[in-house]
Amino acid sequence: MADDEQLRTALVEDLDAGFEAVVRTHGDVVHAVARRTADRPADAEDLAAEAFLRAYRALRGYDAARIERLDLRPWLLTILLNTARNDRRDAARRPRTDGAADPPDRASPAPGPAERAEATDLGDRLAALLAELPVAQRTAVVLRHVVDLPVAEVASVLACSDGTARSHAARGLAALRSRLTAPPPEETS
Amino acid sequence: MTDSLLEDLRDLAEPAPATLAERVVDGWVRAESPLGEVYAVVGAGGVRLLRTATYAGDLDAFLEGYRARHGRPVRPAPRPPRGLLPALRGTGRSPAVDLTDVGDFARKVLDATARIPAGQVRPYGWVAREAGHPKAVRAVGTALARNPVPLLVPCHRVVRGDGDLGQYLSGRADKVALLEREGVDLPRLAELAASGTRLIGSDTTGIVCLPTCHHARRITAPHRQGFASTDRARAAGYRPCRDCRP
Repeated sequence: MADDEQLRTALVEDLDAGFEAVVRTHGDVVHAVARRTADRPADAEDLAAEAFLRAYRALRGYDAARIERLDLRPWLLTILLNTARNDRRDAARRPRTDGAADPPDRASPAPGPAERAEATDLGDRLAALLAELPVAQRTAVVLRHVVDLPVAEVASVLACSDGTARSHAARGLAALRSRLTAPPPEETS
Repeated sequence: MTDSLLEDLRDLAEPAPATLAERVVDGWVRAESPLGEVYAVVGAGGVRLLRTATYAGDLDAFLEGYRARHGRPVRPAPRPPRGLLPALRGTGRSPAVDLTDVGDFARKVLDATARIPAGQVRPYGWVAREAGHPKAVRAVGTALARNPVPLLVPCHRVVRGDGDLGQYLSGRADKVALLEREGVDLPRLAELAASGTRLIGSDTTGIVCLPTCHHARRITAPHRQGFASTDRARAAGYRPCRDCRP
């Protein structure tokens, strides 16, 4: 695995070869965040691939000086989250015609009560609770605690101060803790 | 004391499937074809672009054109995709092709064209009808002129309704060479065209075919009946062949 300094040099020397190295180095973190952002598990790889292609298209327009200054990981994750937001907006605007899924009837990817009830496994339950968090808290928790980014990078992706990033993550964690210890939701309606 | 919530959260980080890099980065290869060397760009979904070297010119310019038009990175592939070389030699079915970047109409046109058997030709109007747009004959010509994967989707097997071979994206001479190589009897097609014969029927079966249909080729001379149109053939009591669907 190359570090970002090597990757930037590789991108400047040969954009396509460098980009393949970028995908191999940052593919896991981009996919892990995509997995916690996409509405359906099957969409995570599509979303990650689409974000990488957008990044590639942006890089084609960048000169060497701009590439040298890029902080690759937060830059890629910012593109990923923008891509996810655009996809969700597009999906809400026009129904999918490929029969893959009904359009989500709300902006948040939170699973419905039925899915929550099914989430017996702790990991599934935690993922479902995570998906229900307000978007800033969820993103902060995913970046800070799921993929283990330093606070400064979380702040860079969220375009906020370190203090705000820290507080989003802390409030998200606190919400998860209280919901995990709360009794499971009543089945009665 | 370890915080189990933090550990559980870290367990939610699912690594990327091994396929992610190949879905993002396409590969290019050179291969031999009946038209000489070809360049092919291959993605995870199949062959995305194929051009003869003579037509595409300089390899670097070809690749740069691909990147600019499709906004996708492309790197040398270690080996051609399975099935590409036999398909180019004419000894196997086409490998998967990825037509996601062409429009709906063009995809239907290419799908219909892909069903034309080797050694046979079909008119543009036939492709238009099979693609579900019987009136869009000219648009079929345009779509085929932009075929991203010639040879694999055999657009050289589509000819003009009047029997003339028509155009080909890398030139008419290539079309002639490909059809001759597949055993199409071009002089005979020209003769039929000149005499206004579009269809061949058998007076023993009462079935009428396009001239290159394998059923039509089996009709012996004494039983062979030429027709200028399906309407005329129907009027004479013939029914269209279910294989070549004239």
